[in-house]
Amino acid sequence: MSGLLIHGGRIIDPSQGLDGAFDLLIEDGAVAKIDGAIKKPKDAETFDASGLVVAPGLIDIHVHLREPGQEYKETVRTGTMAAAAGGFTGVACMANTDPVNDNRSVTELILSEAVRWGYARVHPIGAISKGLKGEELAEIGEMLRAGAVAVSDDGKPVMNAELMRRALLYAQHFGVAVIQHAEDLTLTAAGVMHEGEWSTKLGLPGIPGAAEDVMVARDIILTEDTAGRYHVAHLSTARSLDMCRRAKAQGLRVTCEVAPHHLILTDEEVAKSGFSTNTKMKPPLRSERDREALVNGLADGTVDCIASDHAPHHADEKDVQFNLAPFGILGLETTLSLCLDRLVRPGILSLPRLVELLSTGPARVLNLPGGTLKAGSVADVTVFHPDEEVTIRAAAFRSRSRNTPFDGWTLRGHPVATFLAGRRIEV
Amino acid sequence: MTPANPQRWTRKDLLGIAELSAAEIELILDTADSFAEIGERPIKKVPTLRGKTVINLFFEASTRTRSSFEIAEKRLSADNINFSTSGSALEKGETLVDTALNLQAMAPDLVVIRHGHPGVPHMLAKRLKAGVINAGDGAHEHPTQALLDAYTIRRHKEKIAGLKVAILGDIEHSRVVRSNIHLLRKLGAKVTVGGPRTLMPVAMETMGVEVAYTLDDAIRDADVIMMLRIQLERQGRMSFPSVREYFQLFGLTTERLKVAKEDVIIMHPGPMNRGVEISSELADGPYSVILEQVTHGVSVRMAVLYLLSGVHEETV
Repeated sequence: MSGLLIHGGRIIDPSQGLDGAFDLLIEDGAVAKIDGAIKKPKDAETFDASGLVVAPGLIDIHVHLREPGQEYKETVRTGTMAAAAGGFTGVACMANTDPVNDNRSVTELILSEAVRWGYARVHPIGAISKGLKGEELAEIGEMLRAGAVAVSDDGKPVMNAELMRRALLYAQHFGVAVIQHAEDLTLTAAGVMHEGEWSTKLGLPGIPGAAEDVMVARDIILTEDTAGRYHVAHLSTARSLDMCRRAKAQGLRVTCEVAPHHLILTDEEVAKSGFSTNTKMKPPLRSERDREALVNGLADGTVDCIASDHAPHHADEKDVQFNLAPFGILGLETTLSLCLDRLVRPGILSLPRLVELLSTGPARVLNLPGGTLKAGSVADVTVFHPDEEVTIRAAAFRSRSRNTPFDGWTLRGHPVATFLAGRRIEV
Repeated sequence: MTPANPQRWTRKDLLGIAELSAAEIELILDTADSFAEIGERPIKKVPTLRGKTVINLFFEASTRTRSSFEIAEKRLSADNINFSTSGSALEKGETLVDTALNLQAMAPDLVVIRHGHPGVPHMLAKRLKAGVINAGDGAHEHPTQALLDAYTIRRHKEKIAGLKVAILGDIEHSRVVRSNIHLLRKLGAKVTVGGPRTLMPVAMETMGVEVAYTLDDAIRDADVIMMLRIQLERQGRMSFPSVREYFQLFGLTTERLKVAKEDVIIMHPGPMNRGVEISSELADGPYSVILEQVTHGVSVRMAVLYLLSGVHEETV
């Protein structure tokens, strides 16, 4: 019998309302018990968590691992190393690979690579439509049987309302969420940043908030009619958040996630950074009003989880004129520090609420293992320092890419260790 | 004339008007004054920039701006060379960064750049030792146009402070309007922009201007009217239904000009669409200073080239 005693730390487990000085004993890859002072079993190893927070393993349900097809940006190996370095024990990866994860064989390839390297749990998300073309349903049942956990055409919205309605109906056979990249492409047109004061000043084509809002509105109506299970990816506007709030109050099965960059940066950053392409992502950095609304949504419970939309791109692809650069930035290795420094330190969120948004919440949204330290559950654990200073160094990322607007930022709080089924992950 | 400007020029690049101070703007305009006379000489050439290399890098078609820069460079005796999109490495798939590195390897002193995408001059400026002059980046800025417009206004009006300037047309896609707003506001003018709602960007008032949606409201009591070119290809593409209807709503005619001040001047950055945004009668009439703008463009660009070349420092 193998054992591990994590002692001396502050254990926070929102799934059982736990927050205090406890020891955590892991046996055979599962949580054995949590108690005030656990005596070290004879053969058990120990981890001294004094001054640290011990939490159920963090889970990022919106990640692009780029494998198969774009291994020059990221692979399952480098992406899961980045996850472990960032304090994540689990990631859900989007289907916009090449070939698209719209069939069992791609799902199986991703899972076999994940098991081969073993840095983090990988939960593939299957495509809603074949080839992400938005025309016909992919073999959702086959992919789910192979290990996929939800469906999404992320990177592209499901523009066709009838296909979306069908997806919301069909996914109910398997009890999984339909995740929408909510964007009406006719409103986005050639847009490259949020439409507002700064797009006007910079002369860049704008993406109006309405591009997201009309899609969320449409989808909520379809969710109501189908009794479906709907999740909004990277929600970025005050109005979409309001609509989710009302849908939830109405009892609809609607959830949403928010990305750290939308909680911390605004469209002004495009100007302040001098057109840096690391301020270009979809949805775009929004207005200060939107940002404030999202932060409030975290605190009042409307937002179900924080997800990074980790989107690796090669330096050569990003080092071009703003209009031409691909959308997206990295997230796995900055999320925890950003949230601790910008959300917990100023008192916007309590530490338990942050752990909920990064662990218990995402596990609940996609019905994943983990997100809890209840006895008997899988021993995926994240240990982090709540306020020690750290400087973000993109050059030292485990990710294969470097596209972050946070390079050089000094933040307080950082990941220290992750454990996967009780096994310390070294990266 | 304005008294000698005490401010020294310290910038490597001229990327936009937004970052300039009023004193820097006035320094350029005052410097342009001293160059204007060269264009009236029988031999229109001075040795000021002899031995300096200027590259004109035009990724977008331009006749007026490019010729204006070329003439300004030649009058200052700079060695100049022109790159344009057709036939250049860029059409062969070279990235902008590589283009920049290759240019740098030829050690130019100044690079004048026009590009369809906002921010490209800024991107080059970070990588080049040479001074970079923005000759228009997408719908962002066109600083030398705003400077020549201001220079032209100064020739006709006592001072810019207190003037009411109306700018009309396709505000959304115009770099000329953005640079002009920055400049005119810094020098104390009151700016009103006008045009169809479908060509008016959101939150325009955050640039410190008034927004009008009829021609009459925009030009009422105006001292200066700037007409912007309407891109005909936008016709029927959700921006406005037809040229005919555009002219009815926003075309400037002698009749409609009556609500402006009596001594109003009419400007246009060119190229003009006669009968679309402005009637021929007005374009060629006594209120028009449109061709003067072109003349002053050369003087203003000479001033900018001179200040950025650093020769004024070398000779001190």
